[in-house]
Amino acid sequence: MALCTGANQTEPLSQHHDLVPDWTAHEVRTGTTIMAVEFDGGVVMGADSRTTTGAYIANRVTDKLTPIHDRIFCCRSGSAADTQAIADVVAYQLDLHSIVMNEPPQVKTAANLFRRFCYRYREELMAGIIVAGWDKRGGGQVFTVPIGGMLVRQPVAVGGSGSSYIYGFVDENFKPGMSKEECIRFTGKALALAMERDGSSGGVARLAAITEAGLERSVILGNQLPTFSSS
Amino acid sequence: MSLSYVLEPPASGFSFENSTRNAIVENSLGNGNVKTPSPLKTGTTIAGVVYKDGVVLGADTRATSSEVVADKMCAKIHYIAPNIYCCGAGTAADTEKTTEMLSSNLAIFSMNSGRNPRLVMAANILQDMLFRHKGQIGAHLILGGVDCTGSHLYTVGPYGSMDKMPYLAMGSGDLAAMGILEDGFKLNMELADAKTLVRDAIHAGIMSDLGSGNNIDICVISRKGVDYIRPFQESQFKDKRQRKYKYKAGTTPVLSETIVPLKLDLVEETVQLMETA
Repeated sequence: MALCTGANQTEPLSQHHDLVPDWTAHEVRTGTTIMAVEFDGGVVMGADSRTTTGAYIANRVTDKLTPIHDRIFCCRSGSAADTQAIADVVAYQLDLHSIVMNEPPQVKTAANLFRRFCYRYREELMAGIIVAGWDKRGGGQVFTVPIGGMLVRQPVAVGGSGSSYIYGFVDENFKPGMSKEECIRFTGKALALAMERDGSSGGVARLAAITEAGLERSVILGNQLPTFSSS
Repeated sequence: MSLSYVLEPPASGFSFENSTRNAIVENSLGNGNVKTPSPLKTGTTIAGVVYKDGVVLGADTRATSSEVVADKMCAKIHYIAPNIYCCGAGTAADTEKTTEMLSSNLAIFSMNSGRNPRLVMAANILQDMLFRHKGQIGAHLILGGVDCTGSHLYTVGPYGSMDKMPYLAMGSGDLAAMGILEDGFKLNMELADAKTLVRDAIHAGIMSDLGSGNNIDICVISRKGVDYIRPFQESQFKDKRQRKYKYKAGTTPVLSETIVPLKLDLVEETVQLMETA
């Protein structure tokens, strides 16, 4: 994956436009707010649904919660192309690994595969990923792999451009030992707050709850998001 | 990873060896006054819509080279497979060659495996290739078609990002086209409504964007087959110029005639016997 130019994003030839507007030359980004919370028995993950190219919303109903394996998902933020490619590579490697081991993969294995890839190609990639899921040995686990390729396990992780606005809310309102329903409400509210304040986050809030029993996905439409007294 | 279709070996992107040489040549040409020709771009409005029985793709037909219209009847809806077509916006050469490469890869895959290609496979091949080239290939594509799993519409960006949606617009006129699509789209539309909606979307792009214009092409893909209507609607501003100019012999008068015989000397003669048995 050697790159001859040193820059992270090289400009395509079509940059020198006359009739083509500016935003077509921008790379597609998931502006984003992403979040994941552990609870006893699983994890709850959430993301907004906005993908932008410059100032234009290329996709207002994006699904940023990408399956890596049956009980392991990742939330993607950063460059849409980079994160989609990384998720594909890791899903393939994890699938092969689980066939070889003859058992479902562990969340920390998936997280490590992400970290290896993101760290090795850190100069070329722009990807901030939260890996979360359930496995038999560790229960619900959340790992965060931010830009640069660090790996750390956290009980609650937030990421993306909208995360800056909800650190305070998350620190104040997260309590260990919440139930699945409480986690879902907590995540939904946090996403709504971030989407309210961050221009690059918006659309609908997608939620997923992963437990031993399986996966429950839900969507909170734009007009059903919780509203706040200041707005 | 062994892939049954891939012709192109995974290389590490473009080689930029000649870029310094090109810069020197460009500067030395005519003391820096002469500019190298800019790449031909399709200014473009392209759109696609999933309807009840399949997919409707639409495109304008103008290709621009800076401010000049280079091609008034450019075909932007490219054939990929009998059940898959792809609209391309961006650099004309890139969209053309990328779609040709995709088409040949899918044909090889079909022959190797005996299976019909699926949209998701086509989208994956495109995404794979464009991501590897890191945005240097300026191809913004809308891929649409019908396969055994249903009707699908994908968009693939030049950096390798992919989105799957029921309606899409790309190109410089996509803001105008998207406005029409957002307003008029409904799930499971009838064919006539879908064609009208796509035509309206491309028309909005043509009206509001300088880089789009001339005629509107429509391609309808359904389980029954493909209906490629080119042009679906012609521009009102058509000119009467002919493409071919052929004149009768004797139209141009001959003023004078000079004949110069070429004196040739025989230098060498070889004889080779042919076996005519």
